[in-house]
Amino acid sequence: MSALATDAPVAVVAPAGPRPANRRRMFNTVWGIVAWVAGIVFVFPVIWMVLTSFKQEQDAASNPPTWFFHPTMDQYAAVFDRNITPFLLNSLMASIFSTLLVVALATPAAYALSLRPVAKWTDALFFFISTKMMPAVAALLPIYLLVKQLGMLDNIWTMVILYTSMNLPLAVWMMRSFLLEVPREVLEAAEVDGASLITSIRKVVLPIVSPGLAATALICFIFAWNEFFLAVNLTATNAGTAPIFLVGFISSEGLFLGKLCAAATLVSLPVLIAGWFAQNKLVRGLSMGAVK
Amino acid sequence: MTDVITRTDEKTPAPVLPVKGGAKDRWVRRAPLLPALIFAIIVTQVPFLVTLYLSTLGWNALRPGQRHFVGLDNYVTVLTDSRLRAALLNTVWLTAGAVIFSMILGLGLAILLDRKFVGRSVVRTLLITPFLVMPVAAALLWKHTILNPAYGLINGIFGGQTDWISDYPKTAVIGTLVWQWTPFMMLILLAGLQSQSEEVLEAARVDGANAWAIFRRMTLPHLRQYLELGALLGSIYLVNTFDAVFSITQGGPGTATTNLPYEIYLTTFRKFEYGEASAAGVIVVILTIIVATFALRVISSLFRMEESR
Repeated sequence: MSALATDAPVAVVAPAGPRPANRRRMFNTVWGIVAWVAGIVFVFPVIWMVLTSFKQEQDAASNPPTWFFHPTMDQYAAVFDRNITPFLLNSLMASIFSTLLVVALATPAAYALSLRPVAKWTDALFFFISTKMMPAVAALLPIYLLVKQLGMLDNIWTMVILYTSMNLPLAVWMMRSFLLEVPREVLEAAEVDGASLITSIRKVVLPIVSPGLAATALICFIFAWNEFFLAVNLTATNAGTAPIFLVGFISSEGLFLGKLCAAATLVSLPVLIAGWFAQNKLVRGLSMGAVK
Repeated sequence: MTDVITRTDEKTPAPVLPVKGGAKDRWVRRAPLLPALIFAIIVTQVPFLVTLYLSTLGWNALRPGQRHFVGLDNYVTVLTDSRLRAALLNTVWLTAGAVIFSMILGLGLAILLDRKFVGRSVVRTLLITPFLVMPVAAALLWKHTILNPAYGLINGIFGGQTDWISDYPKTAVIGTLVWQWTPFMMLILLAGLQSQSEEVLEAARVDGANAWAIFRRMTLPHLRQYLELGALLGSIYLVNTFDAVFSITQGGPGTATTNLPYEIYLTTFRKFEYGEASAAGVIVVILTIIVATFALRVISSLFRMEESR
């Protein structure tokens, strides 16, 4: 009650008081609108892709563009008729298995570079990142020749191994940055209490880093799923991944815009979902854990 | 403040922690690292050594049985080849163009998103979406539904018959790359903006500094290392651009958008000049090492900052 009593006169006596706050609020509203417009402009090609995927081919290729139409699933049906499924399954296999392998290799390595560091941990850390910076083109030919020699061209396990090495540095760096967040005192307390290494990892480390582990896995999944360069050179019909399907799909007959958009939407969907979930950790993964 | 102090306590020991105990303890520490290390060495370093070896051979796969040692001839061929020089130049153009424009846009968007407004997290989600679209899908989407002269969205809305991809091939490729990479820059710069101390900014405002002065004198210097990091990581990823060139222009018209990765791809799988392709690959690695050295310096400085925090 007393608060009300003191507030009221202030508002009456000094109407100039709230003005700067008001102005700032209006300012923020204006900038908020600008941000919304920018966001919609940026996402518009994606919206257009999804819209087009629900059109009939004549509407998809019309000029001026068709804005209102009866949505149809025909293009999706056509894409499945063209047998996208094996390509999606290949992508799924390459991405999931390489992600599992990456996490299995990177997590212990990150542990040996953070919580119980080896002597030259910085050297090892920078070795990993330097492999990430090596362009794939420089290694393509020997990999191609070797894989051909081994009879493993157009084999999904080849892609699993290559995607593992592609994502390993990222995962090591990222996991390391998450492991550093485990408070040392808690670990030491567990050791003092007689917990074995396994127990302290299971009971102390894992619960703290598991969100980080999930984010690392999602980001590795995204990169493996989207990879094109190695896939286009090392796979064909057997082990072709989703991006290979998309490219092969173009060179065909007549109107294809609607089907193209349907296929593009389908192959992008897993990563869109993974990325939206991981968006808070995305920047950390992309910067190798340098930016939080 | 207490947070800062405790964190210093728990983080600084890591780098200086002496490895106690004998050889056994050292191996116990190393054991978890070894599988990853050995894997990385085998899969990434060995092929490169093979590339080095191949680059000294005169070897065209279409003429089997004619593999012979030619020393540095391939390097001479590659460095004097006008196609390759054009590809190098195109790589610089495409990379620089994409990095600079996505950086500027990303900075603008990051500043917008650094304010509080209704639906901020929704807008952020919208803005990162282009980055998540499969690069090949994005390239094809731009090529066919947006830039196509007959039924593309741009000509559809604004009229005209411009064939964007043939008339402005570099711009078309850069535009697509900028669309995809702006979210990346935005995320890094936004993290930079949000790591600024709100108290210091408030203090400057109370002292009567205007928004522009605060931005120039405080925000930009603070953002510098984030800008550097974004530019360098962006360059490392974008130097290797293949998807967009392959799907939008096939390096054309002529060689207008043929960058090094695409040129090496052509040399390897269209001309089958394995020796030359390897030499070009080695040159790309050397160029990348130059860029990467700077990148590593920036990353390790961020890294030290984080350690000492």
